[in-house]
Amino acid sequence: MEFGPHLLLASLEGATTAAVLALTAMGLSIVFGVMRVVNVAHGEFYMIGAVLAWFIATSVGAHPALGFVAALLIAPLLVGFLAAGVDRLILRHINYDPERTIVATIGTLYILQQTTLMTFGPDARPVEPPFNSRIALPWFEWGENGFEFYFPWGLSTTSYKLFVIAAAVVILITLWLAITRTKAGLVMRATQQDSDMAQAFGIPVKTVYSVVFGLGAGLAAIGAVLVVPIQQAYYLMGHDPLLLSFIVVIIGGLGSLPGTIIAAILIGMADGIISVFFTPTLAKIFATLVVAMVLVFRPKGLLGKSTS
Amino acid sequence: MSDTHKSHGLHFGLIGLLALAYFVLPAYHSGNLASVMVIAIYAMGYNLLFGYTGLLSLGHALFFSAGLYGLGLMMHLADWTPLPAFAAGLIAALVVSAVIGFLILRTTGVAFMIVTLMFAQAGYLTILYFGKYTRGDEGFALQQASRQIAGYDLSDPGVRYLCALVLFSVTLLGLAYIIRAPFGRTLVAIRENEERARMLGYNVTAIKLKAVILSGVVSGASGATYALLFGYAGATFATVQYSIFPLLWVLVGGAGTTVGPFVGALFMFYLIDYASGKTEAYLLVVGVTLVLVTLFLPHGIAGTIRTRFLRWLP
Repeated sequence: MEFGPHLLLASLEGATTAAVLALTAMGLSIVFGVMRVVNVAHGEFYMIGAVLAWFIATSVGAHPALGFVAALLIAPLLVGFLAAGVDRLILRHINYDPERTIVATIGTLYILQQTTLMTFGPDARPVEPPFNSRIALPWFEWGENGFEFYFPWGLSTTSYKLFVIAAAVVILITLWLAITRTKAGLVMRATQQDSDMAQAFGIPVKTVYSVVFGLGAGLAAIGAVLVVPIQQAYYLMGHDPLLLSFIVVIIGGLGSLPGTIIAAILIGMADGIISVFFTPTLAKIFATLVVAMVLVFRPKGLLGKSTS
Repeated sequence: MSDTHKSHGLHFGLIGLLALAYFVLPAYHSGNLASVMVIAIYAMGYNLLFGYTGLLSLGHALFFSAGLYGLGLMMHLADWTPLPAFAAGLIAALVVSAVIGFLILRTTGVAFMIVTLMFAQAGYLTILYFGKYTRGDEGFALQQASRQIAGYDLSDPGVRYLCALVLFSVTLLGLAYIIRAPFGRTLVAIRENEERARMLGYNVTAIKLKAVILSGVVSGASGATYALLFGYAGATFATVQYSIFPLLWVLVGGAGTTVGPFVGALFMFYLIDYASGKTEAYLLVVGVTLVLVTLFLPHGIAGTIRTRFLRWLP
């Protein structure tokens, strides 16, 4: 393949990564924005979303689309309740102290991951996509014979990957409307700005925290359900999304939701493109160092305003 | 008896007890105890930064593996003898912690933890990238023939135990001295109230940098000792898990106490050893312990003993 079509292919791969990453990182970003805590177990909620999707899809058993829709509806909800339970049982009792929360969520990470290993097992298991037709993509060129277009060999994507991108966009727009236009969103923003004042005005801050923590984990789970027909459900799959979400949230600016989206697109696309053209290890080293340096020299990220 | 005498008594008592343990315990347990002493050095290095200076790092595996590979690569590729290679390990840890310390101290709080995590991750990936020399996750073994100091074979259980005990004692007494010295007091002052320490005229950033370097070198010494005594270096030691372990040991044992790191390392070593005999998912124990300690035992074992019973405990 020539450079141009190759780049288009890489960008499409990157766009799918970016879509899933935007959902996952948004969960982490909302939790950090409202509760001012870093949830290190975020990647494990993602992983449990994928594993539950496998359970639901295999137990429904009918047409793959039916199992997938069931998984997409049920898995994030269950993960959300699980996370709300973690908030109630653990985080509430340590008063959301930033450092102790990190230690406690590291503990939660191991508990969730190892419990999955004991029940689900060490194998990677696939979920069948609801539809998966191959779409060949045309490539345009302004050559000697004037404008022409053809279908280069290997330049194709699947309808499912396009669906993932569309679904992520719809969910993020819905989320944006919910935060800015509804009463629940208003309560959430009030808690974010000043939790003491919100409490004084009769907002049940603790319940808001539980809901927000559940929502954050639920978003990660949605991302995982969407990705599981492309990748596979595996008990260690939470590691990379966690690190990438960290990177996205930091680059976008801690607590800035638009920043998170922009950074997710940036990082997701870059990840897709870099891993097509360079060795993945070198790309990862480079990306990790760049992010660390951004934090060192611009601690508030690219779009960050609020001080933590 | 003054508090100083009591704490000297405690430290020398512990060292004496460990020396005695070699002759009393069966071979299996004294072998374990040698490992525990080596990892306790790592925990003590971590404790200096976390327990006394109040900086929670999630990337100490970087310093540990700097020592591990500093010694390991020199012996493996350049055929150095153990003592110069050990010095190379310490220098590697010194350089890495000085550079990283200079950068990470520009951040505070949550950002500090994430940046340390990122640098350690970059370090781990670098080790994988140079897999030609480091052999990546698989790692490499150091030949028994090369692990000799003045004719003593370091793979011999007795020599190994003695070597671990000596280095453990030096670290324990050295750090206990530093903590009582003005430098250590300043670290505690920074932990308790950084603004006030700055107002009193201390150059807080410079002092914190010294703490990072000292902590890094001690952690590196532990890594070099581990490679030397157990004859193996692998990238597993650079993973996030090995950054979380010292945090776990120190939290369980008691942050900001001199014997806490050893107590925590001993407790967790046997707990994980027991659990890994029962189930494949032995890391579950790590998770449950972390959560329980955060919820119910925020001062750790030694810290709780100090607040409840023995006020003088160092």
